[in-house]
Amino acid sequence: MSEDHKRAGSDLAPGDEPLDGLTSGLQSYLIGLALAALLTVAAFVLPGMGLLWGPGVPVALAVLAIAQMGVHLVFFLHITTAPDNTNNVLALAFGVLIVMLLIGGSVWIMGHLNHNMMPSHPMMRMP
Amino acid sequence: MIETPAANADPCHLGTHHQRAAGHGEGGPASRRIIVGYGFWIFLLGDIVMFSALFAAYAVLQGETAGGPAGREIFDLNSVAIETACLLASSFTCGLASLAVEARRAPAYYAAMGVTFVLGAAFILLEVREFADLVARGAAPQRSAFLSAFFTLVGCHGLHVTAGLLWLTTMMAQIYAKGFRADILRRFLCFSLFWHALDIIWVALFTVVYLMGAGQ
Repeated sequence: MSEDHKRAGSDLAPGDEPLDGLTSGLQSYLIGLALAALLTVAAFVLPGMGLLWGPGVPVALAVLAIAQMGVHLVFFLHITTAPDNTNNVLALAFGVLIVMLLIGGSVWIMGHLNHNMMPSHPMMRMP
Repeated sequence: MIETPAANADPCHLGTHHQRAAGHGEGGPASRRIIVGYGFWIFLLGDIVMFSALFAAYAVLQGETAGGPAGREIFDLNSVAIETACLLASSFTCGLASLAVEARRAPAYYAAMGVTFVLGAAFILLEVREFADLVARGAAPQRSAFLSAFFTLVGCHGLHVTAGLLWLTTMMAQIYAKGFRADILRRFLCFSLFWHALDIIWVALFTVVYLMGAGQ
């Protein structure tokens, strides 16, 4: 059996690093820290700078947060798209699906409920 | 007598390095480290689903202030920025601790875990101070639906961090008392997963609750 085939056929526990050696491990954590710090500072500084059109700020914050979660997953939790991580990624994908359904569904339904239940001037409650 | 290469490659079932074919029907069942790590990963995803329910409740109740203070009036973003920095740095030092475990260097492990504890404790102290300040100013959980949802969501994360701090000290004690044994290493893997997952939840939390709340 070739070395490649062996690698493709093995699994990794979540949190275990695919690379051997301390130097590459330290490098991964340092890159993760730098990227996460950059994204955090951007998220805190951006709303006050006035560079963005007002209603666009929450969208920008959401994008920065999702990017930072991705950085944490890849560099701190070592969840990657490598074949030895298939099980971990599939579980994560299912978790993300449930989270989306729960949050998106709640906000959607409750938004409609608020809209329908208002006794007068339903437009006043719209954001 | 038949000996599988997988059993020879990993006699202690550490599974840190690639043994053959686990999960693909060859070379026998996966190592215990992979099974334990995967099971704990499923638990963490379940925990994240629970947090998503709290996030949904917060998103729905955000505007229901009942005449009480709104988010932008009570949030102190400087304190939140320090909390965020503490938690991010503690996630990094927890990663350093897992590198020290991999290298079996006990002093480096205690140092990294100690720094992680101090940063996590600083986070909790800042959060407790923020909560006490809010309650003293009349913005207690019973004031409005918004504040109930806020205290539940942020407090639940704080309780997780507190539990993580307790777990952290027991992990230091276990390595001290029992050394780098395979079962202790599996527990440490679970702890590091837990600690990193808490930081991911905090990213969602400071964005949705504090930054978006302060901008409204």
